[in-house]
Amino acid sequence: MDVFISALESLGQGFTNLSWQAALMMLIGCVLLYLAIAKKIEPLLLVPIGFGIILGNLPLAGLSAHDEGGIINLLYQGGILTEIFPCLLFLGLGAMIDFGPMLGNPVVLIFGAAGQFGIFLVLLLALAFGLPRNEAVSIAVIGACDGPTAIYVTTKFARDLLPAVSIAAYSYMSLVPIIQPPIMRVMTTKKERATLMPTGEKKISKTVKILFPIVTGIVTILIAPMGAPLMGMLMLGNLLKESGVVSRLVDVSQNTLANLVTLFLGLCIGASMLGGDFLQVKTIIIFVLGALAISLDTVAGVLLGKLMRVITHGKINPLLGAAGTSAFPMSARVVQKEGQRANPRSFLLYHAIGANTGGQIGSVMAAAVMLAIMSNIA
Amino acid sequence: MKDLGFGLTMTVMGMGITFLTLCLLILIIRLLSKLFPYKKEEETSKESK
Repeated sequence: MDVFISALESLGQGFTNLSWQAALMMLIGCVLLYLAIAKKIEPLLLVPIGFGIILGNLPLAGLSAHDEGGIINLLYQGGILTEIFPCLLFLGLGAMIDFGPMLGNPVVLIFGAAGQFGIFLVLLLALAFGLPRNEAVSIAVIGACDGPTAIYVTTKFARDLLPAVSIAAYSYMSLVPIIQPPIMRVMTTKKERATLMPTGEKKISKTVKILFPIVTGIVTILIAPMGAPLMGMLMLGNLLKESGVVSRLVDVSQNTLANLVTLFLGLCIGASMLGGDFLQVKTIIIFVLGALAISLDTVAGVLLGKLMRVITHGKINPLLGAAGTSAFPMSARVVQKEGQRANPRSFLLYHAIGANTGGQIGSVMAAAVMLAIMSNIA
Repeated sequence: MKDLGFGLTMTVMGMGITFLTLCLLILIIRLLSKLFPYKKEEETSKESK
C-alpha cells in the first residue's frame, strides 16, 4: 500500500509543482499554436515557439532553456548564447535576397537609413523612462524590424530580455501589414500616394551582382566591425546565390539550414519564456516601445519619401519610404498594395523591394554602431 | 542627464553612420554599374544555355 501511495505521489509531482504562472504561459503557448495552425500566422516560427513555451514551463521536465544539461538548454547555450543561430539565419537570408532591384535603382537605398530612425527615438524614450542603457538598446533594436538582429544585440547586452524582445520583434514583423498602412495614409495625400514610377526592370550585369556582396561586405565591416558576423553572413549567402557555381550550397542555405535554425531558434526562444520571468510589467513596456519603434520607422521613412518627391520633382512615390524597414518582404508588399489602392496603374513593388533590401543593410549598420558604442562604454 | 547625452550620441552616430554608409554604397553601385554595364550578350548566352 505504501509503495502504491509513494508511486502516486511521485507521479503527481508535476501537478503539485505547477504554478499559476507556468499554467498561464502554457495557455499562451496554446494560443500561439492556435494562431499558427488555425490562422496560418507565421507558422514556421509560432509552432516551435508555442510548443517551446509549453515544454519549457512544464514543471520537473527539465526542458526549459535554463535547465542545465537539458536538450533545449544545450541548443540555447550552443546556438543563442554563442550568437550562432542569428548569424546562420542571415546566411540563409542572404541566399534568398535578390539585390537586383536595389542595384537597378540604388537611390532607394537611402530609405534603408530612414527606416532605422525609430530605433534611436525609442532608445531616447526608453532612457527617459529610466531604463538602464543596455536594456534601452535591446528594446530599441526591435525597431530594426529584424528578428535575428534583435536577438543578436539582446544576447550581448540584456539576456534577461531576450524572450520578450525576440517575441516582440517577430510579432511586429508579421504585423507590418496592419501597423504600416494607417500611418502611410495619414502621412500622405492621395495625390502623393498615386505617384507613378517607372515599371521596367533595369538589367544588371552579372559581374555587378557578384561584386556587390564582396565590396559591400568589405566596406561595411571596415566601417563598423561589430556588425561583421551579421553582415559577413548576409553577404556570403548572397555571394553564394549570385556566383551561380554553388547551387547545392545555395539550396542548403535557403532551405535546410534556414529551416533548421528557425526551428531550433523558435524552440529555444519559447522554452526561455518562463512564467516568473516573462509575466512582468517590463514585458508590456517592451511590447509598447517595440510597436512605437516600428511606427516611428514608418513615419521617418515616409517623411524622407515626401522630401525625395519634392527634390526629384515628383519622380519618387513617398510610400517607398515605408519599405525602408528590414521587414522583408512584408513592407515592400504593403507599399505595393497601398500604391495600387491610390492608383490602380501604379506598380511600386520593384522599387519597394529595393528599399526593403536597403533596410536589411541599414538595420545591420545601425545595430553595428550601437554595439560599437556600447562596447566602448562597457 | 548623462543617459540623455548617451542617447543623443547614439542617435547622431547611429543615424549618421548608417546614412553615410548607405550613401557610400549608392556611389559604389553607380561606379560598378558604370564599370560593368549590362550587355545584351549576357542574355543571349543565358538563352543559348
